[in-house]
Amino acid sequence: MTSLRVEDVGNNWLPAKVSLEVAAGECVVISGPSGVGKSLLLRAIADLDEHQGKVRLDDALYTDMPATEWRKKVGLLTADSAWWGEHVAEHMHEIPVEQLVELGFTKDVMKWSVDRLSTGEKQRLAILRVLANQPSILLLDEPTANLDPDSVEKVENLLLNYCRNKPAGLIWVSHDIVQVERIADRRYHFDENGLSEVKA
Amino acid sequence: MNMISLSALDLSIAALLVLVLAILGLKLQLGVSRQLIIAAIRTTVQLLLVGYILKFLFDNVHLGYMAAISVIMLLFAGREVMSRQTNPYKGLWGFGMGTVSMFLSTFIVTLVALTVIINNDPWYTPQYAIPLLGMMLGNTMTGIALGLERLTQAAREQRQKIEARLMLGHSGQQAITNIRRESMRYGMIPIINSMAAAGLVSLPGMMTGQILAGSPPLEAVKYQILIMFLIAAGTGFGTVIAVVLGSRRLFDERERLRLDRLRK
Repeated sequence: MTSLRVEDVGNNWLPAKVSLEVAAGECVVISGPSGVGKSLLLRAIADLDEHQGKVRLDDALYTDMPATEWRKKVGLLTADSAWWGEHVAEHMHEIPVEQLVELGFTKDVMKWSVDRLSTGEKQRLAILRVLANQPSILLLDEPTANLDPDSVEKVENLLLNYCRNKPAGLIWVSHDIVQVERIADRRYHFDENGLSEVKA
Repeated sequence: MNMISLSALDLSIAALLVLVLAILGLKLQLGVSRQLIIAAIRTTVQLLLVGYILKFLFDNVHLGYMAAISVIMLLFAGREVMSRQTNPYKGLWGFGMGTVSMFLSTFIVTLVALTVIINNDPWYTPQYAIPLLGMMLGNTMTGIALGLERLTQAAREQRQKIEARLMLGHSGQQAITNIRRESMRYGMIPIINSMAAAGLVSLPGMMTGQILAGSPPLEAVKYQILIMFLIAAGTGFGTVIAVVLGSRRLFDERERLRLDRLRK
């Protein structure tokens, strides 16, 4: 049961300092105009960009542990995934058979060449790739933007089940109003003035 | 030694050929004639200057002079490495990384060659030390420049792939391991190729020079083999050191990819 606390995080690229909290088992959605810095905020929380402010997992400050450990616990999934190896298997240590089937793959996909994958297939596999680390917090940057409606539903279920069962905290950036209604426990709006909670 | 001394007239005839080429370049609008002439003049002036410096050093054998000239050569080579980069590292790193790697590899290899292999008295006899160090620096410089260029350009091109690995909790060095390996290989390929092709495709310049100057071919060949091995070692070690330093500099203590440490 690990919660994430973000306090006054900011850097040169973010429009304002940002504070928010996510509890384990909770799905928090951030919406707002594109280009405002939602992706950059997630990058800062994952400690991929330099930033001021404090980010904590429970009582542990991000600087209390090596960056590699931090990013295993605070997993970031970007809108388009990058693949460095030739085959899918090189990107995952173990084969998550159950989850593969849940997202419509067979075990064979591990032997596939990355070049053969469609954008949607890459995105679904990227989700399994980050879940393999068993992160306590998942930062999701429009994870279903490139998926067909059928896959969207499967991915939403998979991620929300992970969120409830692990339990893990989710910060989910989404533009899709209908989706937000479906998945959000709490909602934030992010624009030039910063982050503000949207009361239901 | 049955060496034939060249007269000013001999060189003028060769210069005439360059001039003819420059005129042809003008007619064909190649836009290189000016550069060609300037380069030819630079060759003449620079080499003559070096000739006088060498003459001075040969006449005044002293470790202090040798140390000074070695450092000057090293600094020039370091600057050259940096100027061959599309996006050199910012600040002192740009100059320092190549220079330190070259210093470590070429100076150690050259010292071993002079003290253990050639073993002249004194070991820093300029006739051996300067050409040796010059050849080592020249080749190592190329290897290091190629290795660093490959490293920095690949890191820029493959930023997303590198960061994808960082996001999954890989360390910076893990994330760049493929690029690092490839960059080291890149730096070493020229010397491997020239060892493989030596004698078959081209007669190495140093050997040719020795033979022209009257050395028995087999003596020249032995020296050329020695030089090839030394260059291979110097270039290889230098490239490995430079790429390791360079790849570390691309990440900070929080394992973030720091392309902002490269000049635009």
